[in-house]
Amino acid sequence: MRLPQVASGPHFHSMFNVPRTMVAVMVCLAPATGFGLYQFGWPAMLLFAVTLAAALVFEVLSLVIAGRPVLPFATDGSALLTGWLVAMTLPPWAPWWVGVLGAFIAIVIGKQVFGGLGQNLFNPAMVARAMLLIALPVPMTQWVAPMGLKDGPGLADALRITFGHAPGYDTMSSASVLGQVQSQLDAGRPMPEILGGMASLHDQFFGLMAGSLGETSALLLLIGGLCLVLLRIIQFVTPLAVLGTIFALSGAAWLIDPDHFVPPLFHLTSGATMLCAFFIATDYVTAPVTTAGRAIYGAGIGALIWVIRVWGSFPEGVAFAVLLMNAVTPLIDTYVRPRIFGRTRSGKPLPLAASAGEKP
Amino acid sequence: MIRFSLSALKSPGTLFSIRGGVHPETRKFLSAGAAIEAMPLPALIRVPLQQHIGAPAAPLVKQGDTVLKGQLIGRARGPVSANLHAPTSGKVIAVGHFPAPHPSGLPVATITLRPDGEDRWGPRLPRLRPEDAAPEEIAARVAEAGIVGMGGATFPAAVKLNLRGKYPLHTLILNAAECEPYLTCDDRLLREHAEEVADGAGIMARALGVARIIVVVESNKPEAASAMRRHNLGMGHPIEVKVVPTQYPMGSEKHLVKAVTGQETPARALTAELGIVVHNAATAHAVHVAVRYGEPLISRVVTVSGRGIARPANVRALIGTPVADLIAHCGGLSGEPEKLLLGGPMMGQPVANLRVPIVKGTNGVLALSPSETHRSAAMPCIRCGTCVQACPCGLTPFELNARIQADDLEGAAEVGLLDCVSCGCCSFICPSNIALVQGFNFAKGRLAEKQARKHQQEETKRLAAARSAREAAIAEAKRAAMAKRKAEMAAKKTREAAEAATQPGGEVVK
Ligand code: SF4
Ligand code: SF4
Repeated sequence: MRLPQVASGPHFHSMFNVPRTMVAVMVCLAPATGFGLYQFGWPAMLLFAVTLAAALVFEVLSLVIAGRPVLPFATDGSALLTGWLVAMTLPPWAPWWVGVLGAFIAIVIGKQVFGGLGQNLFNPAMVARAMLLIALPVPMTQWVAPMGLKDGPGLADALRITFGHAPGYDTMSSASVLGQVQSQLDAGRPMPEILGGMASLHDQFFGLMAGSLGETSALLLLIGGLCLVLLRIIQFVTPLAVLGTIFALSGAAWLIDPDHFVPPLFHLTSGATMLCAFFIATDYVTAPVTTAGRAIYGAGIGALIWVIRVWGSFPEGVAFAVLLMNAVTPLIDTYVRPRIFGRTRSGKPLPLAASAGEKP
Repeated sequence: MIRFSLSALKSPGTLFSIRGGVHPETRKFLSAGAAIEAMPLPALIRVPLQQHIGAPAAPLVKQGDTVLKGQLIGRARGPVSANLHAPTSGKVIAVGHFPAPHPSGLPVATITLRPDGEDRWGPRLPRLRPEDAAPEEIAARVAEAGIVGMGGATFPAAVKLNLRGKYPLHTLILNAAECEPYLTCDDRLLREHAEEVADGAGIMARALGVARIIVVVESNKPEAASAMRRHNLGMGHPIEVKVVPTQYPMGSEKHLVKAVTGQETPARALTAELGIVVHNAATAHAVHVAVRYGEPLISRVVTVSGRGIARPANVRALIGTPVADLIAHCGGLSGEPEKLLLGGPMMGQPVANLRVPIVKGTNGVLALSPSETHRSAAMPCIRCGTCVQACPCGLTPFELNARIQADDLEGAAEVGLLDCVSCGCCSFICPSNIALVQGFNFAKGRLAEKQARKHQQEETKRLAAARSAREAAIAEAKRAAMAKRKAEMAAKKTREAAEAATQPGGEVVK
């Protein structure tokens, strides 16, 4: 339906628009990313660049095929951010085609097939992550220990790692922290002993252990996320609900049976928990719109992450938790609505006497 | 949202902030320091016959008439309408149609006046001592003086003063929140004429029969608040000054009542049902002038501002002054403005034509430069929910918009379209720059039209049914009359036959 062009107010606008919002998110994501790239060296940088470039290319291609205007949508920053988030979930030394495939799944299958910006039901980056994990279990679970830019492979070696075959480095593969915990638990060892033989909480917090880019420094992710909250780009309620729920559930379980459950701080600092809480669960398009709805959504994600980590067959459950809650979002939005001014929750006008009774 | 609870923490004296709302840059500093100034008589004055909600006034003058300042030139038609007076002395050069100060730019009936430069007053309205006057007399005087709500709503003020008796009123709230960015006319009025405003409020309180008067000022106008505190008696009634947080749309009537008293007016009800009447501060000033001095509403304070204006100012301008004259008085335009508005930037109306006049409800003339408007191209909704958090009415604007775009007006009404006050918070904050309010206004218009049509259809049906019933009744009556006549004829025949039978051999006498 076309609306007639009689301009009604407002006649000016806040500073925020879509590209600025996306850029702000990327800026807040940059410190953690930069640190991760430094930790995992040249191969990680190459993979990161390839993934982002691929995301942009797929976005432009999809827009051209769909006949949508290319320039405004390709420059809105959303494709770059999606590519960025995909790159954050990949093993940093994965070959280039994993990044390209991830970008393809995220942009084309996760977003454009649904109708482009704002239309997708599921978080594109998490769709990519989940599909890759199922389709390519081997490359998606080969982690390397962080070495720092200087001690890692040089650019020439890195090119070989990312774009060719570099058998020498396969031996360096090590499991991610959560993967280690799971395999050792399966082997029947008690929790304190497992933890004793692993990266310390301190290392996890500062990002000194194996994992994907986005699983490195919980601290930098936390800082970036808090900046987003201060910029009022995200509401604090979502990360609070995610982290609070994980903390509460894992804390309760750990208190009951410390031999079989991982302590709560471990959950909070390991894996993609922080990334998810501040950058993934807060994705506008796929989360509910009301504050209360976001609280429910965040709590659901937190609970599912913990459940999948503890009882699921994958060591990390962020992607699946987010996708499951994405599916619930429309339901939450239908039932959790703000109360209309002057009406009761059921939509009837407020009774006069009752509202007069509220007089201070 | 966090920011609101925080702002409440910062200033605990300001008890209730409203849910939602936005904090646009107010840019009041552009004109807040400029004292109210008079301006020279414009060369032409155009007084539209409709400057208020309700029926347009009926013109009392014709081309060639000379009028005196303050003379009645348009009479209120019907209960919701307002008188119009000549803003200055001069000659009526036309009574005809002229583009309205309205975005549609459609012509409206307008009296055009060429001032004679002498500014000669005609007879003023008789003075009234409000202390002795009956409430009805005060309301009648306010009606006579053509006073309407001067905050922009332009609802005839007398109608609202006559609510006494219909509702158990106890409080008059004087709205000087002035939450629209840029506007400083009420701020200056309070700073410079607090005493008159207080008196006007007292007079209104007497007309309403209430004892409690609250003047509400936003926290960014401390001078206005302290001026009101110095003049805190209106006709013997103490005046409370309440400072509310600076937040748009604080000045919206029901939200203001909520912020000041904590009471929420039920949907579709009037604040009067809670015993509270809200009037604008400038209206109180006009009431003071009308009652104490017998001067009708022929001028008002207008803020002329925006970066596109060379010398932003607050001007007391005659009603009917063309926008061009006002802008010229303020040093003219500095560059081509991106937007030219009557009223504030949130709810004001764009004007295409500099010759349109200001009217009783015009509180601002703004020329905004591109650096102020932050316009960019509209993008699809990204479901960010910012509009939901910003809506002071608890609506889900993105959802309303989706339903309206899908032509599902009833669906939009179901999720609260008719509770929208068109405040503009959602459009202002939407990162995708979607013209939400525009769609809402359009849809509301369509819905009203539909309803009117439905009403009309029902009415036609009812009339048709009534007519066929009437016709049936007439036909029935006719039939009955016929039957009666037939019966009579038959009776007559038998009688005659009987008579003939009693006269054997005789002639039938006819
Ligand atoms: S214009 Fe309507 S929908 Fe938008 S914020 Fe204001 S009341 Fe809510
Ligand atoms: S603010 Fe705009 S983009 Fe965000 S949900 Fe509302 S309509 Fe959609």
